[in-house]
Amino acid sequence: MSNTIKTDVLIVGAGPVGLFAVFELGLLDMKCHLIDILDRPGGQCAELYPEKPIYDIPGWPTISAQGLVDKLMEQIHPFKPEFTFNRMVSSLEKLDDGSFRVATDEGELFEAKVVVIAAGGGSFQPKRPPIPGIEDYEGKSVFYSVRRMEQFRGHDLVIVGGGDSALDWTLNLQPVAKSVTLVHRRPEFRAAPDSVNKMYALQEMKQLKFLVGQVSGLAGAGGQLSSATIKGGPDGDVEVPCTRMLPFFGLTMKLGPIAEWGLNLNENLIPVDTEKFQTSIPGIFAVGDINWYPGKLKLILSGFHEVALMAQAAKRIISPGERIVFQYTTSSTSLQKKLGVHD
Amino acid sequence: MTKLTYIAHDGTRFDVEAENGSTVMENAIRNAVPGIEAECGGACACATCHVYVDEAWTAEVGEPEAMEEDMLDFAYDVRPNSRLSCQIKVRDALDGLVVRVPERQG
Repeated sequence: MSNTIKTDVLIVGAGPVGLFAVFELGLLDMKCHLIDILDRPGGQCAELYPEKPIYDIPGWPTISAQGLVDKLMEQIHPFKPEFTFNRMVSSLEKLDDGSFRVATDEGELFEAKVVVIAAGGGSFQPKRPPIPGIEDYEGKSVFYSVRRMEQFRGHDLVIVGGGDSALDWTLNLQPVAKSVTLVHRRPEFRAAPDSVNKMYALQEMKQLKFLVGQVSGLAGAGGQLSSATIKGGPDGDVEVPCTRMLPFFGLTMKLGPIAEWGLNLNENLIPVDTEKFQTSIPGIFAVGDINWYPGKLKLILSGFHEVALMAQAAKRIISPGERIVFQYTTSSTSLQKKLGVHD
Repeated sequence: MTKLTYIAHDGTRFDVEAENGSTVMENAIRNAVPGIEAECGGACACATCHVYVDEAWTAEVGEPEAMEEDMLDFAYDVRPNSRLSCQIKVRDALDGLVVRVPERQG
């Protein structure tokens, strides 16, 4: 197929361990492509705690999580990894030549001889708010992201949440929607103060409504919303017209479609051996927080060790019969050439 | 040692002895209280150690700080007595504290 992306190693997850895998695989001349559901590299380090210090990275008495991601990106730069962001892997199929074909939720296809699952706690997915019956409306009139603004044109839109996504979409969709009601459980916002001020200015001009409270109920039929009930505000229960809803309650981690790949699983973790970190399917490896073996510790440090050993095993699959010479980056001129080191 | 009681969503009681200075989340994990996930390990970065503080204890436990309030936005079914258990430090004055675990975390 012409639109299939071919690579040596497909890495699922661009967190710290997936990124360092590029380095270890690169030293052994393997090209990597990474897929991540987030819009940037770093995984949990970038999404959950970018500003928080990490104290157990060897050689770094303290480094911020985002700082570590930035350093890893710099370290793997010589190997020119390719990235596909905002995508979740969906299916995996083994081809006759022994390689794997992996598809994303948007239909892109990848072929690789080796697949490395470095998916951490799973893929980040939007959290479902505690509104009874919301499932019935999802994908029809309740959406967790905005792919096309046109979907909201002419609708009575209710946006729930107090972060940047909620405020940004309140401002961006206000000119498009018929009406916009922003609902947040308290009058303080996490979003940028500038957006909050703009929102209040629009409320002042009666171009949108902001209600303090929580959505307690939905009304509608056949997946099509008609109104929402907001409770907990100063005015008691309020019913607002609502034909589209966008709840922004942050992200949670789920293993997702990897669970259907036929791998042995143990409580949503992937058991591996401790020589190669290979799963129950030869050619598919699992490294970092997502794997399990006796004594496993969920540390970034452990993931770094795992990818070094995994790379040796991956090399034997990609270049069978080739002798692997063990070398140090400090002294090997051939490794230094790969790293772009000039003397 | 300070006595803490966790009441799981199904009503099961967990009476535990906790060391002062540890967090209510850490003691839940150590004693395998169901429903406390603590995905981020206590960094106040995930809202999956959400508990309801018993009404008799809300004054003594105190109010969440701004960062914790921000994280509570992501918790499931937040109420006025909601706290993240990783942000409650055990101390003598909390001897007998009762917290309830919500239906689910996120």
